[in-house]
Amino acid sequence: MSTILMTLILITFIACKPRGIQQAISADAAGKVYVAPGKYDEFYNFVSGGFSGQMSVYGIPSGRLFRVIPVFSVDPEKGYGYSEETKPMLNTSHGFVPWDDLHHIALSVTNGIHDGRWVFGNGNNTPRVARIDLKTFRTVEIIEIPNSGGNHSSPFITENSEYVVAGTRFSIPMDDTNGDVPINTYKQNFRGTVSFIKIDPASGNMNIAFQILLPGVNFDLSRAGKGKSHGWFFFSCYNSERANTLLEVNSSQKDKDFILCVNWKKAEEYVAQGKGKKQVVKYAHNMYDEKKHMATSIMEKEVLVLDPKDLADMVYFMPCPKSPHGCDTDPTGEFIVGSGKLAAIIPVFSFTKIQKAIADKTYDGDYEGIPVLKYESVLHGEVLKPGLGPLHTEFDDNGNAYTSMFVSSEVVKWNIQSLQVLDRVPTYYSVGHLSVPGGPTKKPWGKYMIAYNKITKDRFLPTGPELAQSAQLYDISGDKMKLILDFPTIGEPHYAEAIPAELVSKNSVKIYKIEENQNPWVAKGDDFARVERKGNEVHVYMTSIRSHFVPDNIEGVRLGDVVYFHVTNLEQDWDVPHGFAVKGANNAELLIMPGETQTLMWKPDRVGVFPMYCTDFCSALHQEMQGYIRVSVPGSNVPISFSTGNTTPVQ
Amino acid sequence: MKTIKTLILFMLGCGLYLFSCQSKGVKTDAPVLDVQDLTKNQPEVHGQEIKEGEIVFSASLDQAMATKGNAIYSLKCQSCHRLTEERLVGPGWKGVTQKRNPTWILNMIINVDMMLESDPEAQKLLEQCLVRMPNQNITREEALDIIEFMRKNDGVK
Repeated sequence: MSTILMTLILITFIACKPRGIQQAISADAAGKVYVAPGKYDEFYNFVSGGFSGQMSVYGIPSGRLFRVIPVFSVDPEKGYGYSEETKPMLNTSHGFVPWDDLHHIALSVTNGIHDGRWVFGNGNNTPRVARIDLKTFRTVEIIEIPNSGGNHSSPFITENSEYVVAGTRFSIPMDDTNGDVPINTYKQNFRGTVSFIKIDPASGNMNIAFQILLPGVNFDLSRAGKGKSHGWFFFSCYNSERANTLLEVNSSQKDKDFILCVNWKKAEEYVAQGKGKKQVVKYAHNMYDEKKHMATSIMEKEVLVLDPKDLADMVYFMPCPKSPHGCDTDPTGEFIVGSGKLAAIIPVFSFTKIQKAIADKTYDGDYEGIPVLKYESVLHGEVLKPGLGPLHTEFDDNGNAYTSMFVSSEVVKWNIQSLQVLDRVPTYYSVGHLSVPGGPTKKPWGKYMIAYNKITKDRFLPTGPELAQSAQLYDISGDKMKLILDFPTIGEPHYAEAIPAELVSKNSVKIYKIEENQNPWVAKGDDFARVERKGNEVHVYMTSIRSHFVPDNIEGVRLGDVVYFHVTNLEQDWDVPHGFAVKGANNAELLIMPGETQTLMWKPDRVGVFPMYCTDFCSALHQEMQGYIRVSVPGSNVPISFSTGNTTPVQ
Repeated sequence: MKTIKTLILFMLGCGLYLFSCQSKGVKTDAPVLDVQDLTKNQPEVHGQEIKEGEIVFSASLDQAMATKGNAIYSLKCQSCHRLTEERLVGPGWKGVTQKRNPTWILNMIINVDMMLESDPEAQKLLEQCLVRMPNQNITREEALDIIEFMRKNDGVK
């Protein structure tokens, strides 16, 4: 107690004399981030896990971690990618890929405002886009992107969730060509694409509506237009030098690269007119059925490609200084902020001027046949001397922008209209993306800004060479940004979105209704619990409830058999999952939610009796929730038998 | 303990007061929406108290209801309750409709939190079984079907 008291006194006094690192901490920081035990946070913060491949969910302002949603990486803790039901989620045209690199988050929107239905994430390495249902916080769909090498510019979303996009970071030879070409034929053979993935407004299901074939540059980030610029999409790109080696030097030669402006309404017209070309490709489309509690993966075989060489008025390049990274549209949709990561200024483009330049054909030549708009004709203005290494910009509800500065480790607040820098605040250290609740939407909720840092160094207790990356929470409700909290994160907190809690929490499902369980291997009650042999497969249909399994004694399995445990959790109470694990399984555990069925495959490796048990502490008798399975020699005549509560000794 | 708390509050208050100059321009919050309350929106069938005399049973059995009750039993109750007198996780059901009054049984099925908090008989059972009777998301109508099935099990024709 006295320690807390001293700390409080210390904080109070240090705040009087701002010095060094403490400078940014305000006296009332503790009160602002304190969420009392048992109380809820104000915002959900959906944070990408970067190279962890997952998505994490934090509370703001407390910075408490609530859940890590498995998306692109297997998660043995939850059985994700291990249970028979979830394995198909990670299928791709390359087969089962157990990991990816999840960079960006897009929350679904209606009329440009968060609607709390779905959150999307991109897989950077093996190009994919995932959709998570916010009723269950489960990954329910993953679609692979053909003609792509590194899906970085994704999954940004249009103002009514019409589309999420996927722009390829690496240009590559297209999938339907012979890719066996010398790498230094880059300029002839390598192309880029941006894909528009249609979202079904009712179900959320994704389908690649069309791809636009583009010159072989690197697409980096993107944002949809909104309001007046609805119908347009903006993609930053670098490497207009089209280098294929030592990009660090070779793609930084030119003074300006580009932001690609896509008129997607025009693209839709071309699609409707049948102007697209069907290309034979191969990509996986995986869906999770929440009634069957089971995923299926299908291999799609074609994609529609639009080529701007034949289709005018669809795409334009807009010059943007030095390898632009972020490309963010303000809440009104009028301004597009480019962040040239090697530039000393932040250019702000005007959508009205872009429209005029297009109408007047104020071009500065073309790039690979695509018109280049004249820089000065589309520029609203430049933010001068903002800092070093501008990366990303988010917006508040008062006409201000917040840009992260990677090299100078700071966030700069500036006014969009006047382009004047209003405030700057340090981050610890090397900030990447920022997140203001609702920042990328038409209606920023404001109040907080969260900075996601790549480096933490001395910020937390050291844990050897590998340290947690972190988030830093700032209060932006006043004129000055105030650092109020540091919290460590999982993987790399690459990007995040924050949404008012009530938009999501009210829809959060508590249990899966057992009556609605359509899993083909469900056991709806103990009358259906059984063990069946099918050739060398043994199927165990098992039920679990506090605190026993039915059956819990199983015999008749022979070495060489493949055993499938289909475990149904019969509980119908909130927060009563059961786990299931068996000794020696070259597999993970199952974690089965109330009303759900999940299947664990087990290939016994030796003769003997194997224990199995519940892994999730479920009741006072959890430690009693266990059973045995006997494995006999191949060809043994021990019959299949199973029981629970049978105490009769063998005669 | 209390003094220390007061002290902290006092210090915090001082801190806020002394440095309120730094908080200029801070918007006051709009009336706070109780987010926690919103999660209570789902039709949780749990916690519906049945009052004595609210439900009247006829002397004869409603076969249709008992059949429905049997189906619910297999899905949601059988794992813990035998139809004999044997106790598994919970007590066996044989004779339950003679031993307990129907209102008590109904409340145990659909309002178990209240029962475990206030009913001495329910508390005695928890001491014996050590596993809380779970909420199995059963509606009032379904609970009546279950009772009918229990009556059938106890020989009501």
